[in-house]
Amino acid sequence: MSKVVVVTSGKGGVGKTTSTAALGAALALSGKNVVVVDFDVGLRNLDLVMGAERRVVYDLINVAQGNAKLHQALIKDKRIETLSLLAASQTRDKDALSEKGLARVIKELRGQFDWIICDSPAGIERGAVMAMRHADAAVIVTNPEVSSVRDSDRIIGLLDAKTERAAKGELVEKHLLITRFDPARAGRGDMLRVEDVMDILSVPLLGIIPESDQVLRASNLGQPVTLANPLSAPARAYADAARRLIGESVAMNVPHDRFNLINKIFGGRAA
Amino acid sequence: MSVAVKSRISFRLLGRSYLAFALSPERPLDEWLAELDRWETKSPSFFSNRPIVLDLHNIAVTREEAFEIVAHIESRDLRLIAVEGVNPQWLPARLAPLPGAAQPGGIFQPPEERKPVRPEPLKIVDNEPLEPAVPDCSALLIDYPVRSGQSIIFPHGDVTVVGSVASGAEIIAGGSIHVYGSLRGRAFAGTNGNASARIFCNKFDAEILVIDGLYKTADDFDPKLRGTSVQARLNQDIMNIETMN
Repeated sequence: MSKVVVVTSGKGGVGKTTSTAALGAALALSGKNVVVVDFDVGLRNLDLVMGAERRVVYDLINVAQGNAKLHQALIKDKRIETLSLLAASQTRDKDALSEKGLARVIKELRGQFDWIICDSPAGIERGAVMAMRHADAAVIVTNPEVSSVRDSDRIIGLLDAKTERAAKGELVEKHLLITRFDPARAGRGDMLRVEDVMDILSVPLLGIIPESDQVLRASNLGQPVTLANPLSAPARAYADAARRLIGESVAMNVPHDRFNLINKIFGGRAA
Repeated sequence: MSVAVKSRISFRLLGRSYLAFALSPERPLDEWLAELDRWETKSPSFFSNRPIVLDLHNIAVTREEAFEIVAHIESRDLRLIAVEGVNPQWLPARLAPLPGAAQPGGIFQPPEERKPVRPEPLKIVDNEPLEPAVPDCSALLIDYPVRSGQSIIFPHGDVTVVGSVASGAEIIAGGSIHVYGSLRGRAFAGTNGNASARIFCNKFDAEILVIDGLYKTADDFDPKLRGTSVQARLNQDIMNIETMN
């Protein structure tokens, strides 16, 4: 049984691509066959975060238009055997992706992978709608601040209106992933609290990823954070989120300030 | 130099939204007209007081046929308000085509087949086509959160939301609005000119409240009301918002 998951947010810069790579790698580490698909046509980034930018020959658009075979476009990860990447085209625009072509690609991917993780572009236009079209589940990435939360709310509305599942009268399974959570700022009241975000969005929580330098460092190295430094706080939070996505029940840790304090005392970076 | 300042009377503009039945005749015409008669005898109240739009887009009719259908419908005491899909010059001025493109509504189930009432919202979700509506219901129940960007439009009566109304979402109701959750979006009650409509919510954090065309925006709200259960109502053209605890 394969599952198509869209990682989406509405707002840009909240951590969709980072989360796609981290969750994809975490799922692949548990032995699942995983493909991460970049839907951000024209502004692709997932190849960079996955460290595969030098190996992109064909992309999603080529396959959807029938100019390349799927196996030619899939890029196998060098670190994890069960992880693949399907890159987006950087030279085309989002209208190049046809509804029919996409349906065919997704069908083919379903035949080969357990998890198909789609990295949605920001916005609510065609690109984002195409990314969510075939999704069985959605990971809604939200930063704990009002504009991000409102945009996520808008996207949740679209998930119930514009997906294949919605057309069939079924619901898309929804998961909330709070990223860039800074316990110190939340403690001071400078940031929305987790409860507030959940109250506004009323979607079950998949995980809380603490704000951390590790995330940026991993991106710059071209590594999903779950591979770059598996013991770091964000990596563990992503690994837990991936297990919850599979359906395991894992206790939720709300990062709090004391943790930061201990880290500071022992000279570690605030994670 | 002095300028006389004349105080102006308030001039209110209200939106009105009505539900009209659209009748689309099919050929053979005499059979269709007979079927219409049969319907009318079976459920005489079905069309009463409902405006009717005659949609002739689907069949190419001659001028004579158009006249025949119009005459037939008018002889049945049905309230024909417009005819679409014919040369407008054929018609008397009172039956001119409606301005703009009318949005198709849903297909109505005949009354005898209607299931025990499960009101379907007449809602617009991101420009999707209108969903079927059951016009006889005087209340609409929504048991999911209304998300940013969604509009729930129900001109026929009250809207009850079990869940929250997000910032950037709107509820437009002919009657009162009840929100069992947080109201963070926009609420328009009594849009059909119903000044006795009210707005209730469990947790008040609205962007704008409108009752019968009179509005108050978040800037005008007493900050103490935020987060409390409130009701809003009109008292002689002044909107009162009060806590309900």
